[in-house]
Amino acid sequence: MDIAAFRPETVYTIYIAATPEKVWQALTSAEFSRQYFSSFAVEAELRPGGAFILRAPDGSEHVSGEVIVCEPPHRLTVTWDVNWPGLVEALGRTLVTYEIEQAGDAVRLTMTESHERPLSEDILSGGRLGWPAILSSLKSLLETGKPLEVKMAPPMRMLTALKAMGVQLP
Amino acid sequence: MSSPEFVYVTYIETTPDALWRALTDSAFSRQYWFGTEFRTDWKVGSPFALVMDGTTTDVGEVLEFDPPRRLSYTFQHVMDDELRNAGPTTVVFKLEQHAKFVKLTLVHEGFVGAEAVKLLDGISKGWPAILSSLKSLLETGTALAIPTSALGIEGL
Repeated sequence: MDIAAFRPETVYTIYIAATPEKVWQALTSAEFSRQYFSSFAVEAELRPGGAFILRAPDGSEHVSGEVIVCEPPHRLTVTWDVNWPGLVEALGRTLVTYEIEQAGDAVRLTMTESHERPLSEDILSGGRLGWPAILSSLKSLLETGKPLEVKMAPPMRMLTALKAMGVQLP
Repeated sequence: MSSPEFVYVTYIETTPDALWRALTDSAFSRQYWFGTEFRTDWKVGSPFALVMDGTTTDVGEVLEFDPPRRLSYTFQHVMDDELRNAGPTTVVFKLEQHAKFVKLTLVHEGFVGAEAVKLLDGISKGWPAILSSLKSLLETGTALAIPTSALGIEGL
């Protein structure tokens, strides 16, 4: 996969009082993700070519992705295509990259959502709404021991746009 | 096409009143904003300045003061000669109460021209650090220790 051909569309940066190793662990383990990511479980085989699964609370695979770049504890790139019928055909493929860097006594975590094709603001609104909530909750979990219970639903404008593009919604 | 803007959203376990205080009281901003203090009486139309360790870095005017929901001021950088020419930009904070936390939305807009694009790059690297530190301060009592040199801003 030529990841250089993907265009960054949504970037979110957050600083966390933790070690790079702890942030890496929170991003790549189900034990942590269930707490900050609406009960979704991250199941990752941490090697290039390994599976990257985002498992919904009902047990289904919401994302069945692949690890593209794996440089613990600093860089992880995975494919992030939601398993809704027709979605990849309509939108092209999605990549998510996490970069973890030391910044003083804190860690800078930068999430970049990149896309193979240009997409509308309506389609991108899902990630733009979701990532700040997910990563704010991750920060709270690592700093206070407790996540934030942010209730999230996909934005209506995104669902409407997906439907218009022929994607079957669950 | 509209001019580029920077938008940042974070969720903080706190109350709107406590977050409002942190956004307007120098006793808090000194801790999470690289030692920055506010010089203003917060009346709409009054002058506004950010002062870092005794040096004025940015000046502007209070546009909106609607506690604890909406705060806005203009913002013109005055330290760097090149960035000084960027002209004033506008910062808006929106606070929305959810169950046990507050959603804070920052919109920084009005970047017109080449100097403003450089300013946009700088503020895009600064705000995430400032607002992450603010969240830590309100949730844990301790702000983050991030040196400005770690932000990756050219010239800092």
